[in-house]
Order: sequence, then C-alpha cells, then structure tokens
Amino acid sequence: MDPVAVSVKNLTLRYKTTLAIDDISFEVAGGELFGFIGPDGAGKTSLFRILTTLLVPTQGACQVEGLDVVKDYRQIRNICGYMPGKFSLYQDLTVEENLSFFATIFGTTIAENYDLIKDIYAQIEPFKKRKAGKLSGGMKQKLALSCALIHKPQILFLDEPTTGVDAVSRREFWEMLKRLRDGGITILVSTPYMDEAEKCDRVALMQAGKIMKINTPAEIIKDYPHALLSVRAGDVYPLMKELMKYPGTHRADTFGQSVHLSFKKGEIQPAELQKHLSTKGHTNVEIEEITASIEDCFMDLMTIN
Amino acid sequence: MKRFRAFVVKEFYHIFRDYRTLLILFGMPAVQLMLFGYVITNEIKDARIAIYDPSKDIVTRMISDKILSSGYFILERNLNNIAEIESAFRYGEVSLAIVFEPEFAKKMEKNGTAHLQIIGDASDPNTANILVNYASGIISNYLISINSEKVPYQIIPQARMMYNGELKGVYMFVPGLMAMLLMLISALMTSLAITREKELGTMELLLVSPLRPVQIIIGKVFPYVFLAFIDAIIILVLGNTVFHVPVLGSITLLLAESFLYICMALSLGILISTLTSSQQIAMMVSLVALMLPTILLSGFIFPVENMPWILQVFCYVMPPKYFITIIKSIMLQGNGLACVWQETLILLGFTLFFLMLSVKKFNIRLA
Repeated sequence: MDPVAVSVKNLTLRYKTTLAIDDISFEVAGGELFGFIGPDGAGKTSLFRILTTLLVPTQGACQVEGLDVVKDYRQIRNICGYMPGKFSLYQDLTVEENLSFFATIFGTTIAENYDLIKDIYAQIEPFKKRKAGKLSGGMKQKLALSCALIHKPQILFLDEPTTGVDAVSRREFWEMLKRLRDGGITILVSTPYMDEAEKCDRVALMQAGKIMKINTPAEIIKDYPHALLSVRAGDVYPLMKELMKYPGTHRADTFGQSVHLSFKKGEIQPAELQKHLSTKGHTNVEIEEITASIEDCFMDLMTIN
Repeated sequence: MKRFRAFVVKEFYHIFRDYRTLLILFGMPAVQLMLFGYVITNEIKDARIAIYDPSKDIVTRMISDKILSSGYFILERNLNNIAEIESAFRYGEVSLAIVFEPEFAKKMEKNGTAHLQIIGDASDPNTANILVNYASGIISNYLISINSEKVPYQIIPQARMMYNGELKGVYMFVPGLMAMLLMLISALMTSLAITREKELGTMELLLVSPLRPVQIIIGKVFPYVFLAFIDAIIILVLGNTVFHVPVLGSITLLLAESFLYICMALSLGILISTLTSSQQIAMMVSLVALMLPTILLSGFIFPVENMPWILQVFCYVMPPKYFITIIKSIMLQGNGLACVWQETLILLGFTLFFLMLSVKKFNIRLA
C-alpha cells in the first residue's frame, strides 16, 4: 500500500467571492482513519468534493493514491468510495436494489464483495425488500456505507456520516469504521461532533476554510496550554457572565449545564472562585478540575486564529 | 453494457413506482385527446337566435324556415320591436339576431331589393363570424333557388374542402396534440428526471462512479424514448378509432418522424436539465419555454401567417411547427418523404444542435 494515501498541498477553493478553502496542506497515510472536525461551513464538504474529483481546486495540488484529482479523475473514481453528507440513495428503490445498482455500475456484484460489507449489511438485510426512503436514519446510514463499500474501494470518503443519527447508531458506526480500517482501507471522515474526534487516528481541526491543527487526538489534548475548571451553579447564563468578569479568566464556554473556564495555570484557585461566586449570590456552586476535551482545544484554537 | 443496462432498469423502477409520472405518461395523452376532440371545436350546432320580423309575409317566413331548418340555429324568441334586440343579446339569450325590414316581400317585388340585417354577438368574434357566414350562406342559397328561372346567367361557386371534407377540428388537433404531448413527455420528463438526481444528491454518487457522462445521459433518456413512442402510438390509435382521423401516408414514415421528433424533444430536455439545478426551475422552463410556444406558435391553434412578423420569426425556430407540418402532410394528405424532407432535415438539425450543446454543457463535475 502507498504510504501516502492523500496528499494536499496549498489547496485553495474559491466560489465566486467566498473563500471555501484557504490554503491548506496535509497528508493522510495509507490505512489511517483520519477525521476532519469542524462546524458547518468550515470547508469539509468542499474538501471532500475536491478529493472525490467533483470539484476542481482554484489553486494547489491534490493527489489521491498518487493520482491527480484533476488530471486522473477517471482512475480516482474507480478506487474511491464516497458517502455524501446528505442521504443520497434512491428512496424509491429497495435496499437490495440500491446496493445491487451501485455494485453493477462499479462493475461488480453483491456476492463478490459480500465479505467486506457483511458486518454492516447483515444488520439491514432483514429489510432488504423495503424502500430506502422508509428506513430509519441509522439504517439509511448503514445502507449508504454499504453502497460506498460495495466496489471494494482503496479509500473511503465519508462526509458527515453520523449527522442526524442517534447515539447508539453513531457508536456502532465508528466501530464499523475501525474494523474497516483494520481491514486496510484508508478512511477520511468529517464530522461536526467534537466528541467523535477521539475515535480517529489523527484529526484535522477545521474552521473557516483553514486547518487549525493536525495531530492525534491525544497529542492535541496534551498540547492544550491552559488549566481547566468545570463550573456548575443553577442558571448557566448569569454564571457565564460572572466568570467572564473574573480576573484571570482566559475563556468561558458553556457545555450543557456547566461552564468550562480556562485560565493560565495557577492564576485561579478553585476555592477562592467558589467563595467569590457564593458572595455574588450563586447557589449550589460545584467546581471540578478537568482535563481538556477536543472541543476545549477547538475553542481555544479559534481564539488564536 | 451491463452497467448501462442496470442504469436503464433503475430508471424504469423510478418511472413505474411513481404513479404521478405514470399518470402523466399514459393518462394525459388520452385525456387531452378526448378534451381537444370533444370540447374544443370550431363547429357550431344549435346556436340560439332571435328574429324580428315586422313583415310576416311569405318571403320572410320562407327565409326564417330555411335558417331554422339548417340545423345550425334554433329560435330562442321572436322579437316584437327593435329595442328587444339589445336586451336579448345582453342577457346572453341569443348569439345572433335576424332583422327583416317592414313590407319585405312587397319591396322585393317592387324594387328588386329588400333589406335584412344579421346581427352577431362579437364579444366572441370567431363564433360571431362563423354564425354570420352560415346565415348569409343560407340566405344566398335561398335567393338562388327562387331566382334560378329568372336570371339568365349566374355563377355558382362549388367549394370543396380537400383533405378534411367535413372540416373536422379533430384533424387539426391530433397532429397538434402529438407535437405537444411528445414535447411535454420527452422534454419535461427527462429534464425532471435528471434534475431530480441533482436535487437528491445522487448525481454526486453517479459522477463519482466509473459511469461516463454519456452513459448517464443516455441511460436517463432511453426509457423516455420508449415511453414517448408508446404515447405517439396511443394518440394515433385513439385518433383513428375514436375520431376517425385517417393515416393516408405511410405509417412507418409517420412513426420514424415521430421518433425523430421525440429525440429532438429529449435532447432539448437534456439541455434544460444541464442548465438548471432544481426540478422546479426545470419544470418552469419546460412549461413556459416549451409548452406555451408549442401550443401558441406552432400553427397548432392559430395560423402562423396571421401573426405579426416578429412572432412569425419565433414560429420558425419552434421545432413543433415543423413536426406538425410533417404529420399533417403524412396523415391527411398521404404524402411521402419527398414532400417533407426539408422539415425532416430541420428537425434533425435541431436534434444535433441541442445534443451538442448539452454534451458541451454537461458537467463531469459538480458546479
């Protein structure tokens, strides 16, 4: 296997006036499960469309398995599997018809590559006579993945595969991706969910067309430069306002019912903060020292960039 | 080839699983033909008229009888004075009024002339025109019949309507309807089918597959060639059995010309779909840019010769115009290819032009 599966150098994509991708470079090794993490509009879909030869970059060079995305688009179309962000199968065809259609247009059959999709397809096989439009979100996603895999691609591009899918299905899905990677397929996956970053071998954190950081999830967390407290107290909004004013605060971000407060090490003492909040009228204050999540790292990187 | 076949099979699944598509494909030709054949007709029967006859002599009675026994008119009322004419029209009771002058027979006898007025309701100009012509015709015939001995010489025109002796509207509508429906089915349906893939995002998957753009296009269009051809046959058979529209020329030629026209409409549909990105836009473009001109500017309903020159120019770039000319010529006049080769070449030219343009415009990529 090629040690470098995807190589992107100084890639820029401009739609008329907006800059969708702003001078990014990265490499993905063969057999890697590589994640692109970022909010909507970060440029993930555009990047995937360039790599799957659907869009032509404005500037820069992209190679997939050593093939140029512009010049050799035909060969790339033979070796990559693509699952677009929106569910893009034929809703009026049954599960089986969809799968066999995609098998045929790639010049293969379901039987030939059944081994590869067995794990995934077995779960929806009982419904194979059902129309794809009538499947649940999780089943649709499994079918889409089966269709993307049926021609045994060397490399798989999954654009936000877990958006709109329930938590259990999401976890199952990532398990499947890991098994596929162990089987030797290079997988590039994008997701807006920060918690999914930890399932990838390496991730690129994307924001506004730029890659802010590329590393393994563990290294990214290790590089987090601040100390972090999780603070809880009744209403989040007044608490947040209070924490923003507190001397030494670097950032305060809401995470559900709690606020993550970052600061330079040693500048804030939890006990003092607790006292301060109590005098300001906040009740039930709970403060806990935590290690950063990818989301904390992402927020922090956003301030820097 | 296997890939292509799978693609076509998939396309047939789409069509046969969507009852709306099926309804448009097979319901519409029949319904339209019946509508046009039965409802929209230029022939007039039993128009209601009013007669004001202050003379009430033998001649006016004869004329009234002739008019009323013609089958075109029925007497709604006899008027007692001139003022009633207006009210009879106003309330829409009658669409024609016949007014005799007083002492009609006497004046005719004495002076050789008597006056009779025919008043039509021109709020519907076409009907009024036809009714007035019918009535005048009946009166002249009457005049000829009473004068035949007295007048030394006279000219009697004998009109014969070639190719459509009974002046049946259906003879017009069957060719026009074929042009319209084949255009609708071929162009609208294919443009919708291709833009639907774009809208659903499946076009992305198809593009990322090894299928070539040509295979995608032909695969999408192929089923419609087949189905539109069936429609052409349905229209011809219905026209022939229900409305007795003849096919005097060669059926093979007629079908071949229909096939050419279908290909032209399909290539136009492909062109529309390559230029639009949503089904809604494709539908609007197809309806506004294709349907209306097909109905209005093809000589289907309104004669091209009577239009202002600028519209006539438009008429000459409307492919349906040529198709209608071709099938009328084949069906009603029994002509062969020798008579329609020019129109055939023009249609062929349109087809190639649209195809080349759409292949050029078809994206091997998104956007």
